[in-house]
Amino acid sequence: MSMDGKGDDPPGSGISRRAFLRGGAAVGVLGSAALLVEETAEAKAPNAPKREAGVEVWGPGRVPVRLRVNGKSHDLMLEPRTTLLDALREELDLTGAKRVCDRGTCGACTVLLDGKAAYACSVLAIDAQRTPVQTVEAIGRPGKLHPLQAAFVEHDAQQCGFCTPGFIMAAKALLEQNPNPKLAQVHDGLSGNFCRCGTYAGMRKAVLEAAPLVAALADAEPEEEEENEEKEPRIEDVEVQDETAPPAPKKGKAKKKKKRRGGRG
Amino acid sequence: MVEHSWPKAEDRKLIGQRISRLDGPAKVTGRAKYTYDLQRKGMLYAKVLRCPHAHARITKLDVSAAEATPGVKALRIIQGQGTEIQWALDEVVAVAATSEAAAEDAIRAVKVEYEVLPHNVDDEKLEGAPGVQPEPEEVAGNPEAALAIAAARTKGFYGMPLVAHNCLESHGQIVEWTGPDSVTAWCSTQAVSGVATQLAEALEIPATNVRVITEHMGGGFGSKFSIDRWGVECARLAKRAGAPVKLMLERDAELTVAGDRPSAYAEIEVGVKEDGTLISWISKSWGSGGLGSAGSPPLPYVFQIPNRRHQHSSIPTHTASSRAWRAPNHPQACFLTLSALDDAAASLGMNPLDFFLQNLSLTRLERIYREEFAIADELMGWRQRWHPRGDAKKGPVKQGLGLSLHTWGGGGHRSNCEVTVHPDGLAEAKISTQDIGTGTRTVIAIVLAESLGLPLDGVNVSLGDSRYPASAGSGGSTTVGGVSSATRRAAQNLLAVIFAKAAPQLQTTPDQLEAAEGVIRVKGEPDRKMTWRQAVALFGRTPVTATGANPGDGELTGSGSGGVQMADVSVDVETGVVKVNKLVAVQDCGLIIDLKTAESQVYGGLIMGVSYALSEEKVVDPVTGITLNVDFESYKMAGIADVGELVVRMMTGPGYDERGVIGLGEPPVISPGAAIANAVANAIGVRVPYLPLTPRRVLDALDAKKEGKA
Repeated sequence: MSMDGKGDDPPGSGISRRAFLRGGAAVGVLGSAALLVEETAEAKAPNAPKREAGVEVWGPGRVPVRLRVNGKSHDLMLEPRTTLLDALREELDLTGAKRVCDRGTCGACTVLLDGKAAYACSVLAIDAQRTPVQTVEAIGRPGKLHPLQAAFVEHDAQQCGFCTPGFIMAAKALLEQNPNPKLAQVHDGLSGNFCRCGTYAGMRKAVLEAAPLVAALADAEPEEEEENEEKEPRIEDVEVQDETAPPAPKKGKAKKKKKRRGGRG
Repeated sequence: MVEHSWPKAEDRKLIGQRISRLDGPAKVTGRAKYTYDLQRKGMLYAKVLRCPHAHARITKLDVSAAEATPGVKALRIIQGQGTEIQWALDEVVAVAATSEAAAEDAIRAVKVEYEVLPHNVDDEKLEGAPGVQPEPEEVAGNPEAALAIAAARTKGFYGMPLVAHNCLESHGQIVEWTGPDSVTAWCSTQAVSGVATQLAEALEIPATNVRVITEHMGGGFGSKFSIDRWGVECARLAKRAGAPVKLMLERDAELTVAGDRPSAYAEIEVGVKEDGTLISWISKSWGSGGLGSAGSPPLPYVFQIPNRRHQHSSIPTHTASSRAWRAPNHPQACFLTLSALDDAAASLGMNPLDFFLQNLSLTRLERIYREEFAIADELMGWRQRWHPRGDAKKGPVKQGLGLSLHTWGGGGHRSNCEVTVHPDGLAEAKISTQDIGTGTRTVIAIVLAESLGLPLDGVNVSLGDSRYPASAGSGGSTTVGGVSSATRRAAQNLLAVIFAKAAPQLQTTPDQLEAAEGVIRVKGEPDRKMTWRQAVALFGRTPVTATGANPGDGELTGSGSGGVQMADVSVDVETGVVKVNKLVAVQDCGLIIDLKTAESQVYGGLIMGVSYALSEEKVVDPVTGITLNVDFESYKMAGIADVGELVVRMMTGPGYDERGVIGLGEPPVISPGAAIANAVANAIGVRVPYLPLTPRRVLDALDAKKEGKA
């Protein structure tokens, strides 16, 4: 796999947020020259990336983006500025993740990126291409609830329910990192989410009660669907996504992985 | 004639049990579709240009470039050239385009110029405030004379700022024209029937041609009763574009124009006898909720002190009109009153529990409060743990206890329910009410299943659609009383129809029949029975329908609930940080339909209460008139780690159940501000007069105490 758009890469892959931003800046500086390039490129292959000042430039129109969501691949045509949240909601009709603050504070849009909680409003869809995305819709359904979902219902850890999917996903990420959390750790794990109706009391009970059931579930089904996927080297991650972060520990070994959330650098 | 009543306690199978909300699975799995989640074929997205000034006149408006923006399908000038704008972020232009991004591009292309006019957003000082509107003075007895003979007198200033509703699902709707003069609107509203009427009036189309749908709703708290100008404009854009249009408020608009609780400030003098009996009250209060009247907090709260004088004034400000915020005026009245009375108790060195018990005869719910205080005392360990003001323990972290009490109406509103039993034996209720997260859907199902002797999964509830029988808006904690009474009456009326037909078949009279355990049977002879299918078959295999309404006969709903709350806090006197260790709430709401969702209302009230007690405050910049904290980073709400241990006890059983169903959404949010503020005063030995109790305000109060000013 390479970053130059050749081979059988998913279209649009290899674009990092930094490259995208750089590209945007380059267009701004080069002005009309960039427009010329764009026209030429359009004539040859619509939506193909352009090379500007040494980086690939995608857009500003719709470009192909391949997302792997809940174990299924989706080929979409998105403007590069589309967030993962908007792609999930508007293109795939996965509306469990909500748009509330739209700036990485309230947690209502929480999904799992490679098993870790992330604010989908603060991740570009184009950046999420090789990362398995899991949304609340995939972990259970009415009639076959995930133990966390069942515990949220049992303890009435929801009222209007608008924040609930985000809390469920944050709680799931917490339990994957720490299968047996103490109350203070539940608080830490859910502190990236807000509820307005005031359902925290039920949430505390729900997460603590569900923890052993979720652990048992994990023991019974050690491999999730997405984790069977071939792991590809994620050059763009190493290069730009989070330069300060230590290398990610191997899945399932370290219990206390640092939680990384989109938009929190 | 059917006599409508609730089943006797010993006969209840579902009412009063702990039942999980029926839409819970849909919500936890992300299947529940809210207005914000819906898409219609060919739907356009609307964005709004908002005025950045608190008070300004539009001097120039040119929308030509906006109209020419690619993707734009319709544009509406909401306030044109020459219009005077009265608050920041008021709507100027709305556009509908094929994508949100295109609509935003168009909004940026609007050329608008303003003449900035002088504004006032300062509501904190009454003296010298422009355009003050004083309300008539309320007087009873002779407060000055009573104050003169009082054994102790206290005088204090107390205040709380504007706070926002900040619904997680912002205000908004999707409007689709289904014909030249008919529309369907999916609205995030807490008044399905009411909004349909408003929309018909605004669009000048027949009310019968408007359908409003609200299947799930992401929070209202009193701010979502109106279609609002943006809703009407959304409909007009949809008409102009010939396509459905979705308009949901951005977060900054949600926090600036879509709902505030009015601020309230007061100077209060209290006179008490040596034994703590309240004899005099003199208060002057003021506050703001925009340009109009902000509503007046009922002072003194709960306690009808025999000699009292009170006057409230509204200060008009260039801010969007306030909206009903969960128990309108009561949290303010409660905080102002209970703070002043707690200070009076402290001036006598009295335990506030004794002080308030001493004065309960001045309230309308003496018995209830007395019983509740006894339980709260036990749950908090109040008498063992209380100390006089100022925690004498060494170290910077001081602990304290505080209490409060409240009341609210909550009688059932106007509501109509249609109940049908189908030939397959399944029953359904149709009612145009809305479930705003309070569990309304579940309550209706419980009442219907209980009344027909069916299991919960044998009934279906259809709500949130204005085509169903009309039901009033969910405000004033009136919904549970209204819908449960209407459903009960409809179900009992249905039984009367069924029993009349079934009785001859079972060789008895209708009054000897009952619906229980999934069948129609003779009382006391459970073997003489028929199934619901057999019963409906007597009607020729067509569904059987009956209706019920509230108000109506029988004492199904009551009014006037009482609750008490106690708070345990720690205050770090070096940092000023307040931590809520524990809250106890003991609450009455008459006959409880679903104990689980009822408790949730109280937990929710406590949590929202911690939030406005410790951190919530809209900061409106006096220089620009702009609300500065319009995001979740700076408009601070309590998170899960901030709310301490919560203990909730519902009053049920004899003495409570026979009061009928009383609403609960609002009462529990009234007291937390006062209880927590009183606990802080108890911990640090000085009153922090303002909510929220931020570290800065706590440290200021401690400094004032050191300097001998407090």
